[in-house]
Amino acid sequence: MEDNKSPIMDRIAEANKAATTGIDAKDIENWITIHIMGKAYKVPADLTILTAMEYAGYKFVRGVGCRQGFCGACATVFRKKGDYKLQTGMACQTRAEDGMYLVQIPFTPAEKAIYDVTKEPYEASVFIRYYPEVTRCVSCNTCTKACPQDLEVMDYVQAAIRGDFDGLSDISFDCIQCGLCAMRCPAEIVQYHVAQLGRRMFGRYGLGVPDHLRKRVKEITEGKFTDEMNKLVSCSTEELRKIYTEREKEPE
Amino acid sequence: MAELKYIEGYPENIRKEIDKVTKTREKRINYTPPAMTMKERDEVLRIHPDYAPGGKRELQVGPNKGNLAPNEVADLLEAYPLIEQDEVNISQVDYDTDILIIGGGLAGTSAALWANDSGIATERILLTNKLRHGDANSIMAEGGTQAADREVDSVMKHYIDTIGGGHFENKPDVARALVEDAPLIMKWLCELGAIFDREEGGDLAEKLAGGLSVKRMHSCRDYTGLEEFRVLRDEFRTREIPYLEHYPAIELLTDGDRVTGAVLWNLETGEYKIVRAKATIIATGGYGRLHIRGFPTTNHYGATFDGVVLAYRVGAKLRDIDAVQYHPTGAAYPIQIVGYLLTEKLRGSGAQPVNADGEAFVYPLEPRDVEASAIIRECYVRNKGIVTPTGLRGVWLDTPLIEIKNGKGYIEKAFPGMIRMYKRYDIDIRKDPVLVFPTLHYQNGGIETDPAGRTNVDGLWVAGEVSGGVHGKNRLMGNSTLDCLVFGRRAGMSTAEYVKAHKGENKIALDHVKRYVKNLEQAGVKCTRRAPIILPDYRGKAALARMIDVF
Ligand SMILES: Cc1cc2nc3c(=O)[nH]c(=O)nc-3n(C[C@H](O)[C@H](O)[C@H](O)COP(=O)(O)OP(=O)(O)OC[C@H]3O[C@@H](n4cnc5c(N)ncnc54)[C@H](O)[C@@H]3O)c2cc1C
Ligand code: SF4
Ligand code: SF4
Ligand code: FES
Repeated sequence: MEDNKSPIMDRIAEANKAATTGIDAKDIENWITIHIMGKAYKVPADLTILTAMEYAGYKFVRGVGCRQGFCGACATVFRKKGDYKLQTGMACQTRAEDGMYLVQIPFTPAEKAIYDVTKEPYEASVFIRYYPEVTRCVSCNTCTKACPQDLEVMDYVQAAIRGDFDGLSDISFDCIQCGLCAMRCPAEIVQYHVAQLGRRMFGRYGLGVPDHLRKRVKEITEGKFTDEMNKLVSCSTEELRKIYTEREKEPE
Repeated sequence: MAELKYIEGYPENIRKEIDKVTKTREKRINYTPPAMTMKERDEVLRIHPDYAPGGKRELQVGPNKGNLAPNEVADLLEAYPLIEQDEVNISQVDYDTDILIIGGGLAGTSAALWANDSGIATERILLTNKLRHGDANSIMAEGGTQAADREVDSVMKHYIDTIGGGHFENKPDVARALVEDAPLIMKWLCELGAIFDREEGGDLAEKLAGGLSVKRMHSCRDYTGLEEFRVLRDEFRTREIPYLEHYPAIELLTDGDRVTGAVLWNLETGEYKIVRAKATIIATGGYGRLHIRGFPTTNHYGATFDGVVLAYRVGAKLRDIDAVQYHPTGAAYPIQIVGYLLTEKLRGSGAQPVNADGEAFVYPLEPRDVEASAIIRECYVRNKGIVTPTGLRGVWLDTPLIEIKNGKGYIEKAFPGMIRMYKRYDIDIRKDPVLVFPTLHYQNGGIETDPAGRTNVDGLWVAGEVSGGVHGKNRLMGNSTLDCLVFGRRAGMSTAEYVKAHKGENKIALDHVKRYVKNLEQAGVKCTRRAPIILPDYRGKAALARMIDVF
């Protein structure tokens, strides 16, 4: 049985136990209390809202996706003890703090417009046509304050109104479409849908398909590489290994 | 234990260790350790979790009986179904469709679009998701997508890099399809409006990555998957293709020979639904949440291997299922982000792995399995790692080097996601290095297919991470988002053709499940395990110990 054991692998697994199988209270020294929808739970101090809720016994079937701040599924609103401010954050990215009380908003009711980017004119009117409510923006900046990605949401809404596709794309690029801005907006704008339309327009018309890419696609369809590829795929492993080891590397 | 004192995100004792990294930085600017020879690679790979002793066993049932698989994988293939044939009434069909797509990451979503482009009406397609449409590994891809579209590059070079990275065990016909379609896919994405990083003059900006001989990595800041996916999803919604969310597939249906649909399960209410389909595409992604060998993972919450479990029960052949990909650089500190990904693009842009003594100990862009093994060796054999407050070990990834090499402001522009992730824990990756250790990242093998995405079972296609063959034993960065888009497209087109040629109504039945159970019993598999597991369980041990199931 000896050769079926790896002490190193066992040590790695042991060190990662909390992250892979759930937390055991006996490994924890520091504790805090958080209030999940009004109910108090004692949880370990070094957790995110997401993992704290799991520790408390919640098994998520909604309100979580990527667990790493990319998918926007775990939007949460909370207040901290002694603080009047209503705050927003992603449960998987926000540290749980003592006295925090919170609720998740795992879904944002929001209408997405139906359009065809291949047919729309590349001008500001596209926003007014599909999301006429953008013009109702009162520049209150509430959306910006709500954004867990710290984006200048109001600025990209303004960029949309101006028809500045480039600016909108740059400012809104890191949007994870969590919906928190839209939930807070007094003008009932769905900022992230507006941005999505704007970015696609910029990508298609502002940037387009570069020549080198167009050229390569043409070469492939015309069969420029077919013979060489035919040869390559029929090479033996030995031949491939040789080509691989001897291939030149482009400098950094 | 006294309360730890933190200085800019690091406990005092670890902060002191950073000095050693800072001191040698100057010298390392122009020094990169040489790449390993094939012999050195073989040597270090012995410590890789795939090759280290233990952790695997032979499968006792099914088409791959006798093949080695990680224990966690074998546990699910040798598990009993969630539903017994007599428990569900399949005579009432809830959705009757032409093409059923299970899983809506990049692979499933592009399959839907291309099926539609190939003449299948939107209402004859159904995409079902376990979580929301997009709660997937796809949306998390940070680094990029490969495509050989520069003058100095060629599809042959892309092919050779891919095969070499895969230890020459890739399935040639699918690997060929991958590289030959890549530029076409990039063009398609640009036309749909995806925004890729550009050079001054408008050419696509391209970078090196592990195992690449030429700069070929296209990225969208460090949100490549997010950008690609949200563009596809927007297009999908715009075409009003039907989809379901929080409805995992828990079993396939067959007419005896062909796959003809699936049983779905409402994650929130527990009610099941029956889908009848002429063609079914499985695009359920990977298995990071199985925590193979006890590693943390970069994967999303629903990465639990469901698709393979289902397909295996209808007789689909698997390949390279023994090869697991561990990403060399997962976060090892702070505890809240352990296992999360630090994209390879960081190393592609100049960041170096550095040990506790401040030495650069490995060429930063070895293929992933080699790089990961070198880091494990540094931590556990040479004992030159840093021990974190929770007992994990890691080496430094010297991120400040990136700005020394590319100029000030570069990190903020190219890695906004990374900056954000660490800023939440008071660490500034522009000023300080970060601690990394390998993390479970990718399912290299999976269900075998032909270049059209067809499996050996009639009526069943697969696309994306759930499939096997394209990447051999080890996938290169940027080849997986590409894989999804290439084979999503091919599966979409191929199912469309199949459906058009296929007249008449399909029978649906669960006989194959009964047969599989019988096989398990005959093989003497005695267990209470059930699969698919659908979601992992991270509930606290204390809460679980006192749980009562009442409803
Ligand atoms: C953090 C991270 C970074 C990455 N970076 C890169 C990169 O830079 N470049 C690159 O090329 N690749 C990268 N990858 C890999 C790549 O993103 C994935 O392999 C790829 O996107 C997988 O796509 P997919 O469509 O096959 O699966 P996924 O995107 O995972 O989608 C599968 C979907 O199916 C759903 N599903 C699962 N089971 C069921 C079921 N039973 N019923 C219904 N639905 C189900 C899932 O919930 C999910 O939504 C990265 C991966 C991760 C995790
Ligand atoms: S812009 Fe709105 S939807 Fe996007 S991340 Fe910020 S709050 Fe969320
Ligand atoms: S919250 Fe609404 S109204 Fe206020 S600035 Fe943002 S978009 Fe404008
Ligand atoms: S779970 Fe995806 S952002 Fe939190």
